[in-house]
Amino acid sequence: MTSRSMNAALALAPSMAPPVAEPKLKVRDLHFHYDGFHALKNIGMDIPESQVTAIIGPSGCGKSTLLRIFNRIYAIYPKLKATGSIELDGENILDPRYSMNRLRSKVGMVFQKPVPFPMTIFENVAYGIRHHERLSRADLEARVEQALRAAALWDEAKDKLKANALGLSGGQQQRLCIARAIALKPEVLLLDEPTSALDPIATGRIEQLIEELKSQFTIVIVTHNMQQAARVSDRTAFMYLGELVEFDETEKIFTKPGKKQTEDYITGRFG
Amino acid sequence: MDALYLRRRLTNALALVLSTAATLVGLAFLAWILWETLRQGIAALDLKLFTKITAYGDQGGLANAMVGSLIINVVGIAIATPVGVLAGTWLAEYANRTRLGETIRFLNDILLSAPSIVMGLFVYTIIVLPSTALSDGNTTFSGFAGGVALALIALPVIVRTTDEMLRLVPSTLREAALSLGVPQWKLTSQILLRAARSGIVTGVLLALARISGETAPLLFTAFGNNFMTLDPMDKMSSLPQVIYQYANDPGEAMHALAWAGAFVVTLFVLLLSLASRLLFTRKVSHD
Repeated sequence: MTSRSMNAALALAPSMAPPVAEPKLKVRDLHFHYDGFHALKNIGMDIPESQVTAIIGPSGCGKSTLLRIFNRIYAIYPKLKATGSIELDGENILDPRYSMNRLRSKVGMVFQKPVPFPMTIFENVAYGIRHHERLSRADLEARVEQALRAAALWDEAKDKLKANALGLSGGQQQRLCIARAIALKPEVLLLDEPTSALDPIATGRIEQLIEELKSQFTIVIVTHNMQQAARVSDRTAFMYLGELVEFDETEKIFTKPGKKQTEDYITGRFG
Repeated sequence: MDALYLRRRLTNALALVLSTAATLVGLAFLAWILWETLRQGIAALDLKLFTKITAYGDQGGLANAMVGSLIINVVGIAIATPVGVLAGTWLAEYANRTRLGETIRFLNDILLSAPSIVMGLFVYTIIVLPSTALSDGNTTFSGFAGGVALALIALPVIVRTTDEMLRLVPSTLREAALSLGVPQWKLTSQILLRAARSGIVTGVLLALARISGETAPLLFTAFGNNFMTLDPMDKMSSLPQVIYQYANDPGEAMHALAWAGAFVVTLFVLLLSLASRLLFTRKVSHD
């Protein structure tokens, strides 16, 4: 351990009760600025492999911002700057030398609103695969089917693979977006409030899906719905005003939170 | 309390009456123009319009002008569309919110409102005059030069609509594609342009409608020709230019032909507008 990361670990100590042996993502000294605004302050967290990590907190606390750094999607906008380090399997993804292509094939993302591409259902899923791999038609079809099955959409979509994806319902579109992301076989799956635009039944299906997917992927989900965090996650991070207040096992966060602020938020005193 | 509501109701009624009246005035003139064109145009409609050329004068038709218009418009749109779509794409996707992009967008808006005769004179200066000098002083008006002048009018329309249609595509679609690791050029060419396709096609159709009625830019460029020609490097006749010429003629029969030409142009523009309307509403309802 270098002295720098040692210091960082010490600084983090109070809010990181059980350390993770082999974290998938290791966040250290992370600061984020846009247009002079200090949006994330000294974030440090270890995100464990093959688990669901939820990030909760009131609007504007920086939870989505944090998620959007994990695949560097923020970098498409000007005037945004992240400093510190985020190690994915030991390599710093914030290093400009880390290939964006590689990062985004390893870290997939699903957004708040379902955004199918203006093409057929099949093409939506095949699109990303084609960009990263050269597959025969048969292999490609198999991969698409596999992804649609994993996203629990195959039974509904198998007879209309050539239909425009915009014809699907909102919940189906969101599962299509999940299929599109996991078709690339990423290692980490980022979900940015994936059910906030969906009805309760569609939400239930997505939550069930998250449960099924976590054996294959490391999942990080941002949600403003505390019950959802409690239902789907193994660990929960509570953020407030750009700081990581507490990060612990979900059960502990919701039953015996270590900090007053967390407790106030969980019990609905603010937020 | 009641007095307050009464006053609001009266103000509302007054505003409604005034705005309805203003709409009716505008619509009345439009209807009048259409009606007059239809009435006079249909009266003058005749098969020889489509079979005979303008060389026969009041005994002739407009066949060469129609063919000429078609060729000149196709040349204009063929030049303006690729340049306009690419430039609009650059503005929306690569230069959005940059100082250079904003400046060019502003200049494009100026070009959008430039008087069309200026375009004609400009093309006369940069194409007709130099090629005249190269061909021993024989004036070299041509359908091609007319097409270039019309392209200059269509270009800012296409740039503007492409730019606007692309900027209407939600940024979440860009993020979704980029988060799959897809590079910007693929995102733009395979997803964004596809998402904005019907809006862009609508823009091209509207640009075509706009240029198909233009007269001034053709006077110094295509010039006019009483005979049928398919050679774009030759002087070429066009419907608006023949309408202009015939309307200035003292003969009644010439006026009738001008009206018939006006009717054909109006019908063409109307159909184009309808087509673009259909295309766009279908796309919108699809979302």
